[in-house]
Amino acid sequence: MLIPAPIQRLIDAFSRLPGVGPKTASRLTFYLLRAENDLAPELSQALAELRAGTAVCERCFNITVAGHQLCPICASDERQSALICVVEEPLDVIALERTGGYKGLYHVLGGALSPIEGIGPEDLKIAELVQRLQGGGVEEIIVATNPSMEGDATAMYLQQQIAPLGLRLTRLARGLPMGGDLEYADQNTLLRAIAGRQNMD
Amino acid sequence: MPREARSLRVQAIVLKHSDFGEADRLLTVYTRELGKLRAIAKGARKPRSRKGGHVEPFSDVSLQLAKGSSLYIVSQAEVKETHSILSENLVALSYASYVVELLDKFTYDEDVNPGLFRLLRDTLGRLASDADAQMVVRYYELRLLDLLGFRPELQQCLICEKRIQPEDQYFSIQKGGVLCPECGRHEPGADPISMQALKYLRHFQRSAYDEAARASLPESVKVELETLMDHYLTYLLERSLNSPRFLRQVRRDAQQAD
Ligand SMILES: [Zn+2]
Ligand SMILES: [Zn+2]
Repeated sequence: MLIPAPIQRLIDAFSRLPGVGPKTASRLTFYLLRAENDLAPELSQALAELRAGTAVCERCFNITVAGHQLCPICASDERQSALICVVEEPLDVIALERTGGYKGLYHVLGGALSPIEGIGPEDLKIAELVQRLQGGGVEEIIVATNPSMEGDATAMYLQQQIAPLGLRLTRLARGLPMGGDLEYADQNTLLRAIAGRQNMD
Repeated sequence: MPREARSLRVQAIVLKHSDFGEADRLLTVYTRELGKLRAIAKGARKPRSRKGGHVEPFSDVSLQLAKGSSLYIVSQAEVKETHSILSENLVALSYASYVVELLDKFTYDEDVNPGLFRLLRDTLGRLASDADAQMVVRYYELRLLDLLGFRPELQQCLICEKRIQPEDQYFSIQKGGVLCPECGRHEPGADPISMQALKYLRHFQRSAYDEAARASLPESVKVELETLMDHYLTYLLERSLNSPRFLRQVRRDAQQAD
């Protein structure tokens, strides 16, 4: 059976999502096609607003609401600006914020170094971080990359780049078992990991 | 009715991993028993996962696999060696990434080669020791080429078949070996190779590792061999590798930071 083009287009688009195969893509598409729910229009509106309604914070590269230069965390005067926690993804900010135990600022790298996949320092917001630190006012950097090979590579590279600035550099590794993703860690584990962060060197 | 084994145990080196589905990881491993294969470690991104725990690239693991409909599923993983030094030294980690990427790009799924498994495991172990990484990697490249049937000719000219004399020669990546100065000069695409660099290549090609490791390569030879092997391997693979670029950058940044 030939699938009409509008349906095939959506199936193809879903297939490009991480973790979605062609079977799931077809199932989702045909589910949306059913008339008895208003999910399709709701979804298309949400998707249209996703890009238009969001922006990237100019200081920490976290996601923020369109029209704002800074995210709510950077804009807040309740946060300790001498403390910066470096994470891979915006989802890690959300995980750390859920603990309610961290009062510093963030820096979102946009991924982790991967020699095999060819993701190098220039693909991440590392130069921006160094520049931000050179601006002064920061005393400690907590490296909160995932406890994985890529997270380790990123942490070591950051250490190399930040060491000349003479700031306190710590890593949130203790209590986070190797291999697990930060975004899946429970709040208590994360709180313990923040409290028990170790000096890097 | 013959029943296919539903569960099997393999010794494996983890080549790479990527996120898969909700909280799973897709592992690419090189096994002693089945060659390269891909397997899903369910729930491996959850910190409390027991099954997929700390199965990270370069690890030496023992896996219990179940054959799923298209991929293998890891039902149990036991880590034998993680090479922790590779998570403490960025340059060593970059070399290990190169070793793994090279093997990944040169092999096909489920092409069994136990010699290659041993070479990979030994090479990662050497990188985790304090051996000269460039030496370890050059030795690895030559053994890898042997095991995959791409052994370069280093003894006689590939065109006139005369034995190579102790003088500067040419290397043809298209022909896969050395050319004498007479033939090399007229061969398009042949690059000069110094007598010294050729001497080390020949030494690595015929020696066991312990013997090869006693050689100490002058810096100029290291640079020459790295460039030559990069050209040759890229030519054979018909595509470029990611990790050499990363390695060069990391080495440069490490020097600047010193
Ligand atoms: Zn911000
Ligand atoms: Zn000749």
